[in-house]
Amino acid sequence: MQDNLNDMHMDVLREIGNIGAGNATTALSQMLNKSITMQVPEVNIVEFKNVSAIIGGEENIVAGILVKISGDIEGIMMYVLEYDSVRSMLNILLNKNIASEDILGEMDLSALKEIGNILTGSYLTALSKLTNLTMIQSIPKLAFDMAGAILSVPAILFGKTCDSVLFIKTDFNQGDRDVVGYYILIPEAQSFDKIMKSLGVI
Amino acid sequence: MINMDNIEVVKVGMADFNIVKNPGMITTLGLGSCVAVVLYDAKLKMAGMAHIMLPSSKAIKNNSNRAKFADTSISDLLDMMAKEGMKKQNLIAKIAGGSQMFDFDSVDDVFSVGRKNIQACKDILAELKISIIAEDIGENYGRTVEFYTLDGSFKIKSVGKAEKFI
Repeated sequence: MQDNLNDMHMDVLREIGNIGAGNATTALSQMLNKSITMQVPEVNIVEFKNVSAIIGGEENIVAGILVKISGDIEGIMMYVLEYDSVRSMLNILLNKNIASEDILGEMDLSALKEIGNILTGSYLTALSKLTNLTMIQSIPKLAFDMAGAILSVPAILFGKTCDSVLFIKTDFNQGDRDVVGYYILIPEAQSFDKIMKSLGVI
Repeated sequence: MINMDNIEVVKVGMADFNIVKNPGMITTLGLGSCVAVVLYDAKLKMAGMAHIMLPSSKAIKNNSNRAKFADTSISDLLDMMAKEGMKKQNLIAKIAGGSQMFDFDSVDDVFSVGRKNIQACKDILAELKISIIAEDIGENYGRTVEFYTLDGSFKIKSVGKAEKFI
């Protein structure tokens, strides 16, 4: 990712973020046969060192779902949920009422991975259609740990090229259940140029 | 136990290093694949900590932030401690971190960086003839670490695990 993103780049990324999150909401709604609403996603380029502060500090326990992207574009995408949102998400998905002290079971973790798969997939499909570039995503991997530790994985990937990330905050609602999730997209440097070129921005 | 009241606490961020003097404590939060290297001069009771992200500054073009890399970070930390009167022959090291947070194929370059960070730190410390007297490394979970200058103890905290001192 480049440091010299202008307003036009940001508009394009924001629009892709909108379409991707829109697709994800539709997919979720259809799968669950429930009405799910979405706030307009917030798209930002954030300095990596500030990311964990935004999601509650280095020691805040979060779920990170990570997929590798291959094909015309190489990189990784991560979807991060704070613990409250993990519970809301599972309560929506599995029609449960998980309380804050409950320990998550195998079924819960598996559902989380699957939802991560759908949500990252929706975003990547939107990006792929707009750019005409193929993006194949790997099986999702899940980690439950301190935000700092989970974010160290994309931070290190980024550490090789630059210090900022594309950061998209999404907010879904189903009834009074609220799920705030964060997408972190990390294309390799050349892949980022490819995306921008195919969108006609550079 | 150490009385935590009134002791100085120094927080080290990612790709950062700093020092603390007796009776202070130095800490870094939420270590994942990064490695925390603590250098401790037991005579002065002074400690330095580096939070290292990548093994080597030589392999990467964008290397202006010296605190990111094992080689440049440890070297700069030693300089900082030397200015405060640290004697290299009195130094010992304790290290923690370098986990693999996601279980992708371990031969994959990107996801084995934790292991590479550990190896790089060990190689550099061996070259400097600083012995590592304790370590809590690898595995697949995050760590918050605290080093106490008063007695040289190194506390490791992880999610869902008992705290330990090494």
